[in-house]
Amino acid sequence: MYVAVKGGETAIANAHRLLADRRRGDRSLPAISIDQIVAQLGLAVDRVMAEASLYDRELAALAVRQARGDMIEAIFILRAYRTTLPRFGLSVPIDTGRMKIERRVSATYKDLPGGQLLGATFDYTHRLLDPSLLADEPVADPVRKQADESAMMRVSDILADEGLIEADGRLPEDHVPGDLTREPLEFPLDRDLRLQALARGDEGFLLALAYSTQRGYARTHPFVGEVRIGDVEVELDMPELGFAVSLGRIQVTECQMVNQFKGSANNPPQFTRGYGLVFGQSERKAMAMSLVDRALRAEEFGEDIVAPAQDEEFVISHSDNVQATGFVEHLKLPHYVDFQAELDLVRRMRAEYDAKSDGNDVREAAE
Amino acid sequence: MPDLATYNFAYLDEQTKRMIRRAILKAIAIPGYQVPFASREMPMPYGWGTGGVQVTAAILGPDDVLKVIDQGADDTTNAVSIRAFFQKVANVAVTTKTSEATIIQTRHRIPEERLKTGQTLVYQVPIPEPLRFLEPRETETRKMHALEEYGLMHVKLYEDIARNGHIATTYAYPVKVEGRYVMDPSPTPKFDNPKMHMSEALQLFGAGREKRIYAVPPHTEVVSLDFEDHPFEIQHFDKPCALCGAEHVYLDEVVLDDHGGRMFVCSDTDHCEDRRAHGHAGEMLARQEAAE
Repeated sequence: MYVAVKGGETAIANAHRLLADRRRGDRSLPAISIDQIVAQLGLAVDRVMAEASLYDRELAALAVRQARGDMIEAIFILRAYRTTLPRFGLSVPIDTGRMKIERRVSATYKDLPGGQLLGATFDYTHRLLDPSLLADEPVADPVRKQADESAMMRVSDILADEGLIEADGRLPEDHVPGDLTREPLEFPLDRDLRLQALARGDEGFLLALAYSTQRGYARTHPFVGEVRIGDVEVELDMPELGFAVSLGRIQVTECQMVNQFKGSANNPPQFTRGYGLVFGQSERKAMAMSLVDRALRAEEFGEDIVAPAQDEEFVISHSDNVQATGFVEHLKLPHYVDFQAELDLVRRMRAEYDAKSDGNDVREAAE
Repeated sequence: MPDLATYNFAYLDEQTKRMIRRAILKAIAIPGYQVPFASREMPMPYGWGTGGVQVTAAILGPDDVLKVIDQGADDTTNAVSIRAFFQKVANVAVTTKTSEATIIQTRHRIPEERLKTGQTLVYQVPIPEPLRFLEPRETETRKMHALEEYGLMHVKLYEDIARNGHIATTYAYPVKVEGRYVMDPSPTPKFDNPKMHMSEALQLFGAGREKRIYAVPPHTEVVSLDFEDHPFEIQHFDKPCALCGAEHVYLDEVVLDDHGGRMFVCSDTDHCEDRRAHGHAGEMLARQEAAE
């Protein structure tokens, strides 16, 4: 006799126990430590911090370990923790003009104040598997030079001095930035919320959309005005003190994309901006974000909306990988009640179809 | 490493619960209207009941008795997981008995047993917008609701009839609430639609990923859309439940072997067990007892 499948509870507990076993892997090997993940898988940690919108390397590394290296799972775990944290206040906007720069490149000027700083980059490496990494051979110390303490001017400021680029943002001074993790999104969005959504959006999704704009689906004629990576101060206004105090430093990657614009009835011919800002070090994400940001401003500039990357509702509704993975993967949950309803319908329609075609056969035979 | 959080009663912080309760109150005040709310990231994936879980967390009190079902059954893996979640974070009493529960969180079914005053049914909703598959844009569908512009839905149902001779929607069958808003009843089979009409229980719907809450207050008119010459009808099964002999209940088809053997059993496991406990026996059970 059929016995209804009982014991879901035990099955789940056992599955999770097996998961813990698989996560730990071969017990004869030492477990990977959080410090090791932070130090040696730093870019994985950065991606988790960026898309979870929580700047904490150790917690992100813990999430990476717990998720067995599955990035979206790690992002999910960290976000579910972030959502429970209290909000103390809004920091003063970070000033990337005062960034302690580790890397800074511009594609629009050969040389510029502060110079081009390559920093730690995969660019210009030859992607040959390196057998020396199989063994833990000693790595040479990096070459260092005295840091330039003066602020490094942004490329956009150079263009702005000449009035050749649009102003940096059009929201009024007293605009309080929205918080998409605390308020439901309602389309159309202001740019602050849109940038927030992009900053936590899936790197792969934004990369593909950005790529599509380069291939003709909403061309924006972009130039990398500048990509800079480094540490910035996070400051909080203290009403008791009357000034802002530093809470510490975070590493961010900023991309200012400079885009051609021919001008319109309302706007003179000038360059326009696409902006990308990401926690940690992720040039790919920051650049993709700035391309998508610019594409999404199509309506603002009176451009024809013809491509997916320009469609705010499409882009923002589908950029969140935690939402996307949850909904795609929920299809593996039982759906047998609905399937039963569909089975019944298909059987009924099939019977009607067969009855009809039988009737046709008889008629044809008679003719 | 910073100390990890200890969680508030029922996981969500009190501010968040208040925000959700305000959305619920608005939803109750405007039956069938989708209220946007600031859905939180929950420790289970989107699409796995985060909306229902947030609604339940917001209304759950220490004295509540919680029942969680998925596909009508208490022992489906996701129902087990959600029930365990609330036991863990709220230490709340749980039950599988429909009549004993004060809050029932459900996915895809409404219990067979008639719900009573004081009970709340919380639905997990994947896509709250009944017009979504006719119009993918939220900006458009909100306008359509505001203008009570539901012609498109009727055209869709009409096209079904023109093509197939009958309406080909078997679950998530659209309803009109209190003569105003067209509402998605969540992907319950249309068999369950009549149970929503004039129910004594409060019905709350939570869609976490889509950030919407809506409600059907007790004693509210819920009418499935249809046409005069093609009236709405529910599924009928040829046989009663093979275990408890119940008729006029929703049945799951169970494949018994690989030569086409099938049996049909109650989807609502509590209802089925209760009937068997009261001495009802279906074909399969009777046959087995005879063999013993």
